Amino acid sequence: MQLLINGALHDVDVSAEMPLLWVLRDVLGMTGTKFGCGMSLCGACTVHLDGRPIRSCTTPVSAATGKAITTIEGLDAEGDHPVQRAWQELNVPQCGYCQSGQLMSAAALLETTPHPTDADIDAAMEGNICRCGTYVRIRKAIKRAADIKAGGGR
Amino acid sequence: MSVLRPTTIDEAVAVLSAQPEAIPIAGGTDLMVHWPHRLELHEKTFVDLSRLTALRGLRWQDGDLVMGALTTYWDVLLDEQIGRRFPLLHRAARQVGAVQIQTRGTWAGNVGNGSPAADGVAVLMAYDAMVELTSVRGVDVVPLRDFYTGYKISHRTPDQLITAIRLPGIPYRTQIFEKVGARKAQAISKIGVAMVEAPGGWVVVANSMAPTIRRCRAVEAVLNSGHPISSPEALHDTILQDVHPIDDLRSTGEYRVRVMARLLYHDLREHIAAFS
Amino acid sequence: MPLAPLLRREGLAKLSGREQYVDDLDIPGALHGITVRSTSARGTIRNIRFDPEIDWSSFVIVDHRDVPGLNTVKLIETDQPALAATEVRHIHEPVVLLAHPSRRALRKAVRAITIEVDPLPSVLDFTVRPTPEQIQHGSDNIYKQITITKGDARSILADAPIIVEGVYRTGAQEHVYLEPQGMIAEEVDGVIIIRGSMQCPYYVHTAVCHALGREADQVRIIQTPTGGAFGGKEEFPSGVAIHAALLALKAGRPVRLVYDRTEDLAATTKRHPSWTRHRTAVASDGQLLAQEITFLLDGGAYMTLSPVVLSRGMIHAAGPYHCEHISIDGRAVLSNTVPFGAFRGFGAPQSLFAVERHMDRIALRLGLDPVTVRQRNLLADGQTTATGQVVADGVDRQGLLNRALSLSDYAAKRETHRQFNIDTPDRRRGIGLTTFFHGAGFTGSGEVYLDSKVAVAGLPDGTIEVRTASTEMGQGTTTIFTQLASDRLGLPPEAVAIAQPDTAVVPNSGPTVASRTAMIVGRLVQEACDDLRRQLSLDATDRGNDVAEAIRAWHRTHPNGLLLGQGHYRPPPGIEWDEGTYRGEAYGAYGWAAYVAEVEVDLRTYGTTVLDFVAVQDVGTVLNTTLARGQVQGGVAQGIGWTLMEECQWEDGAMTNNQLTNYIIPTSSDIPPIRVAFQETPYPHGAEGAKGLGELPMDGPAPAIANAIAAATGAEAAVLPLTPERLMADLDR
Repeated sequence: MQLLINGALHDVDVSAEMPLLWVLRDVLGMTGTKFGCGMSLCGACTVHLDGRPIRSCTTPVSAATGKAITTIEGLDAEGDHPVQRAWQELNVPQCGYCQSGQLMSAAALLETTPHPTDADIDAAMEGNICRCGTYVRIRKAIKRAADIKAGGGR
Repeated sequence: MSVLRPTTIDEAVAVLSAQPEAIPIAGGTDLMVHWPHRLELHEKTFVDLSRLTALRGLRWQDGDLVMGALTTYWDVLLDEQIGRRFPLLHRAARQVGAVQIQTRGTWAGNVGNGSPAADGVAVLMAYDAMVELTSVRGVDVVPLRDFYTGYKISHRTPDQLITAIRLPGIPYRTQIFEKVGARKAQAISKIGVAMVEAPGGWVVVANSMAPTIRRCRAVEAVLNSGHPISSPEALHDTILQDVHPIDDLRSTGEYRVRVMARLLYHDLREHIAAFS
Repeated sequence: MPLAPLLRREGLAKLSGREQYVDDLDIPGALHGITVRSTSARGTIRNIRFDPEIDWSSFVIVDHRDVPGLNTVKLIETDQPALAATEVRHIHEPVVLLAHPSRRALRKAVRAITIEVDPLPSVLDFTVRPTPEQIQHGSDNIYKQITITKGDARSILADAPIIVEGVYRTGAQEHVYLEPQGMIAEEVDGVIIIRGSMQCPYYVHTAVCHALGREADQVRIIQTPTGGAFGGKEEFPSGVAIHAALLALKAGRPVRLVYDRTEDLAATTKRHPSWTRHRTAVASDGQLLAQEITFLLDGGAYMTLSPVVLSRGMIHAAGPYHCEHISIDGRAVLSNTVPFGAFRGFGAPQSLFAVERHMDRIALRLGLDPVTVRQRNLLADGQTTATGQVVADGVDRQGLLNRALSLSDYAAKRETHRQFNIDTPDRRRGIGLTTFFHGAGFTGSGEVYLDSKVAVAGLPDGTIEVRTASTEMGQGTTTIFTQLASDRLGLPPEAVAIAQPDTAVVPNSGPTVASRTAMIVGRLVQEACDDLRRQLSLDATDRGNDVAEAIRAWHRTHPNGLLLGQGHYRPPPGIEWDEGTYRGEAYGAYGWAAYVAEVEVDLRTYGTTVLDFVAVQDVGTVLNTTLARGQVQGGVAQGIGWTLMEECQWEDGAMTNNQLTNYIIPTSSDIPPIRVAFQETPYPHGAEGAKGLGELPMDGPAPAIANAIAAATGAEAAVLPLTPERLMADLDR
């Protein structure tokens, strides 16, 4: 089976129903995407499929073939994506475990909604649980990322 | 286990005809939950529908909305015309899981899965949706209101594939969908109520209130009668003619009945003169 | 001089997917491990049946007979077996361990093992006195009983004209750290090396040495970046580490034991459920005349840390108020549920919820404003706490309250809510406040027993490495220690490395718990920096390049030498604590706070929305404002969850809602703007004047929100969580 991940093609020998998360983590060693619950409830495993945020723990790998998969490792090689810059500037992460998923959801939001309102942010982010409670800061960081992006930071 | 990947509807229904125990899968947002632990599912055969391009997309036909079976919540949320014509589809889609579910989950999957808590089904039923079932034997169209016969049991026979959902292009007046979950977002409904005022009268659909999602005919009759309703409590007996909710991990039967009554009473007080 | 601000040091690693948590480590040849657990609440193990359908020869199988040392998870007591041998005391108690290359094979295998148990009578309600057949600990199932006595509350209550009574209950709370429990163990050259997610490497070290019967230098514990902990990785990881080590020893290969979410929710410790009764004599002006408090905690099936959770809960139970006559009686008791353990706040959130909800009851009874009752009773310098500790820290507690009132617009909100509640048929708004405190560091003489040590190594290139056992779990240890060391020696932050806690490298600076890291260990980091400077014969004016050059010069003259500055805990003067009578200085320092919550209750659904939240506190000097605000906002978010939605459902002592579908924690949409303010009264014995912060914000949300709900609706709001179902029943009474 062939997968297009972060712009590169990977051949993987896995069964078709295997959730994408375990293909990424166990087969390809791409561990930036996290396991949090395996039940589509926490958002730690969020990746993009053709630019849309999805949960890799409940997406069979067969559904990801022929589509562009983007993971946290591919968001920006240098960690320089506007959301990553804003997150760092505002010291968003605490334990960090949920943040790959948070960043992927936020990046997807900014692609469709360059200037999100609070309501847009809540709608886009409520699928990503953070037990450290960085929510207040994430709201702020998304607005900052929107500004960075509007200012030409991609 | 095995995954079959047909590319046409004919292939797909042929597969289901030959292997009626095979399970169609679209977004996988329900079937794949806790996958590594659901060993019993691993032995089954799945029919991956993702290559059936004919089932993608939605269209308007003679004023009706026709959603192909692979239409996701997200597809609907991106469609402004649906937001104007069938606003409850947007309301419900916004509240199904979270964005990562909305981008994968399909309306037809919600119907096919038959969960009594399905938010999408409640609003489809309120809009009197028709379910198109295709098999090698031909095409059946079943009104969603009659689709379920018991807990996770429906009129779909194992060889049939849900291929489309059709919503009649009727003008509605009041359109309300209330979802009550354990938190603001990403919660399974404790109670859901869709209430629409169609030219033929009120349609009220409840979810998480019975083994199936169902029309609440007794409640509709009370609303249509124009008789004054003095308090939320006055609706309890009527509600219990339609549904009989249970105690479970998420809530209690008592809470469900009382809150459904309170939602009806408070939400409709402005719409029904007799209330005030 | 405030410390120079610093961004979180490991920030970029956490934002680029590069931070490697335990399950991200690639360990070639590692097997997967899994735990087979009891399905009975209490009984004698008759037999363990392995289904012959499975080829067991491909599995590594471990049971209690494979424990080479003492079969116990050593903590305060040694009552909890590493693996149950003859009897089980709760559902999900570990009995057998398996390892195999395939996780799928393990999942199948677990289902093929039946632990047959002859049942014994179990205790499922901790508030009911046990029958003789239910006794499992001592003569009465009481893990710990404590009495705190100040004055003579009984006599005052006997003659008091006004007595306000109330009973308050709180439920269990799951930590739901996003990274589940996990350990990887392997034996290398006779040394057991265990890497994993944890708060306290030396707790794990002690427990593993005991269970494996090994000397200290034969066990090495390394903390991996930890994806949240909140107390849930204080004592529990010791058992996981023992299990991983047992499997690795038997397998002769590395074993990875990482929990699934459902297993983690069901089988790990939780916040202690509590039951509190208050009887309070008050004057008509609101003055507290006597407080009689009974405080019960459900300890679960084994003791774990229950005695100290009880202790902290009791010391906070009378609230931050002056009262001449206080009597507090408390017990932590056994039940056949999963053991309850450490969770941010450690007993104080439970007892403070009770007293702070009770203060509003008192106000209501007397027809006074809740603000007035608190203003009248807040401790002033020179007055004493329940344990007789004289408060003399110069903190303006009335000022904290006033600031919270003005930031929240409390008085005006009360007026607008009154009108809103008249105009709106199906909604009610209310505002509620709480004033509270939280003792920082270990209770009483605990810090002396811990005997914490810190080292700062000068490296040949002129940089330094701070070596402590204090772990980073999101709260900012790494960043704070960098700031402190950098400031102390005038070195740039890049010249300060923070050693990953590894018991083979770092000294024991004590556990990362009890809001002690910045205040106590941070101070030791500073002292170790000073000691380093002394060893280099520098004086305090030598900074930056002078230090770096002196370090390099030292290494030139001491090739391969070890240049270590050391810090070693000494108690501040005047700390006296009597463990027998519970009198004296319970804590070296307290954080003080006033929190205000504004809520809206939807009378259609009985659901509560927190509209606004103001958190004002004095935690001494704030070392890093951004991190500190994050701690407060995070604690408030967890507090909102505990107050409004988080509820463990039990059946036969086992959690039945052990999936995140049904154990509900807040998402972003449930969290209001949380406005944080600090009043900074330096604590002379903390690092740069800092006091503890991490736990304090967990204490305030529950009473503030419950008081707001009561103000909005007239509910009793005496039982947490205030789920819509519970509030509906409450309003029906």
